[in-house]
Amino acid sequence: MTRVLAEFADQRHLVEAARRARDVRCRVVDAYTPFPVEELSLALDHRESRVRPAMFAGGILMAALAYGLEYYSAVIDYPYNSGGRPLDAWPAFMLVPFATGILLAGACGFATFLVETGLPNLSDPLFAVDGMARASQDRFLLAVELPQEDEGRSAAVATLVRLGAISVREVER
Amino acid sequence: MTLMMTIQAERAAEPERWTLPEARSLEAVNAIVVAPLLASSGWSWRAWWVGFGVSLVATLAFLLTIFLIFSRGIGIWGVNSTVVWGVAIADYVWWIGIGNAGTLISSMLLLMRQKWRASTNRFAEAMTLFAATIAGIFPIIHLGRPLYFYWLTPYPNTMHLWPQWRSALIWDFWAIVSYILFSILFWYVGLIPDFAALRDRARTKPPALIYGALALGWCGSSRQWQVYERLHLALACLGVPLVVSLHSVVGMDFAASLMPGWQETIFPPYFVVGAMYSGFAMVACLAALVRWGFRMHGLITTAHFDVMAKVMLAASIIMGLSYATEWFNAWYGGERADRSLVMFEFAGHYAPMFWALLLCNVVIPQAFWWAAVRRSVIAVFIIAVIINIGMWLERILIIWNTLSHDYMPSAWRVFFPTLWDWMITFGSLGPFALMFLVFVRLIPVVSMHETRKLVAEGNRP
Repeated sequence: MTRVLAEFADQRHLVEAARRARDVRCRVVDAYTPFPVEELSLALDHRESRVRPAMFAGGILMAALAYGLEYYSAVIDYPYNSGGRPLDAWPAFMLVPFATGILLAGACGFATFLVETGLPNLSDPLFAVDGMARASQDRFLLAVELPQEDEGRSAAVATLVRLGAISVREVER
Repeated sequence: MTLMMTIQAERAAEPERWTLPEARSLEAVNAIVVAPLLASSGWSWRAWWVGFGVSLVATLAFLLTIFLIFSRGIGIWGVNSTVVWGVAIADYVWWIGIGNAGTLISSMLLLMRQKWRASTNRFAEAMTLFAATIAGIFPIIHLGRPLYFYWLTPYPNTMHLWPQWRSALIWDFWAIVSYILFSILFWYVGLIPDFAALRDRARTKPPALIYGALALGWCGSSRQWQVYERLHLALACLGVPLVVSLHSVVGMDFAASLMPGWQETIFPPYFVVGAMYSGFAMVACLAALVRWGFRMHGLITTAHFDVMAKVMLAASIIMGLSYATEWFNAWYGGERADRSLVMFEFAGHYAPMFWALLLCNVVIPQAFWWAAVRRSVIAVFIIAVIINIGMWLERILIIWNTLSHDYMPSAWRVFFPTLWDWMITFGSLGPFALMFLVFVRLIPVVSMHETRKLVAEGNRP
């Protein structure tokens, strides 16, 4: 399989190419853009990210742990009668689980983000590709795998160019 | 019908309000933001070095004062047996207020899809981080025995000590620690795509390596953007309640006590609005400085100052209403100490400061009713500085007035600040300015990827 990187000048052409690539028997691998393009994740049908469930789970877990610590210290380990106030003073105990829960939810979200995006990934053959640096500026790149046979391949490249590709470069994998 | 057409016309022009033509291409956005970081030789850094030198001196003064407080004790301040809190806690509330605003502004504007946040959120978040860090120092140095501050944390120890979870000071500790760590995370996540842009623009090895490592290998793939957007939005959703809880807890440090003028249910929301107010004022000041220093007129426009001034105007009205509510409640509640305190505020020892506070926070910001004032960067800058002075006066008076004039007249005393009170107050501006100056030299001050998106939306046919 030959993988090529097609370069577009704006997101409209990129999204159109991502949608139409399948018609010419290309497999769309990924797209690289200077900013998030919502239509793309639909065209590339990514599965839904697990960031939010992970954050929810982490937050609830930390909040439960924090409340458990407060309960253990104030009710079980060192019960202390201060003016007849209840030992398990839940309204006063709410802040610590809340704040630490949010903190751990954030940390879990970040960890999931790293796992799902494959970061850190400091060395990737992609960075050596000519023109890749402009994906963080003003170019929209589409990575596609061309069909096996020669005529299909040239037809696919022609289609990409017709859809607005400024250049189509072959890349190593 | 006409209204609908006006709304539609405004919508069409919306992305264009926030940039000038010279910044309306994706390349120009990167070039404007990256220039001071990567092509630094083409810039005159004289103003930067002057600022750096001044803030370094102020930082040393701040550190010297902390050293003296640690070695000689808090007696070098003007605190006495009645006014036990002095300036340290007022400075703490002032800084944490500013420290609240960055995340509040950034995440609230993100959730409300206010596109203009693109060019202000980065330095607002940086401001938050630095201000919250400085705020965290004050509760520690105000302790009589600061060496024991770690007793606030629950850890196994031979003394069988546990933190008192019912205490507002413990809530403070956890709220600040969680908030600072969360803010670092929120800030860094937003920076990853920008570090990648810097890595790609770098022409020499060291910046490419450093920014490359910080970018973690970000390549802007659609999957990365998808997960990034989910995470950033979810963090913003959690950031808003965290910020609100943090400053509410600061309000509860006072409201959970039994003092006239403090024991009020209005305190938590009134502190949150106050934080947003002083924070917006500080962001407006920094925006003016960044715009001037890095020639970012194309990205930070008068329209930005216009909206920030409108928010400050709204906040000043809410603050005025809060003050009036306090006075009304003191009268309506009928408690002698409360009524006497309000009289003391208006006519007592600190009355000139109180009138100055009303002038700075409530009267002068009414100038923002005029569009010409809102659209003048210098006017917004000056009024923002005045608001920050007013907010400092407010915090100092919350402490001095109540402590000087509580239930027992025999204990009434006033506070006279010493040299070290002023040193710690003005000195604390030093590390803030120092950290901010280092930040603008190393990290993109404007979020490039968000601005690129804003510009691309404006250019869309």
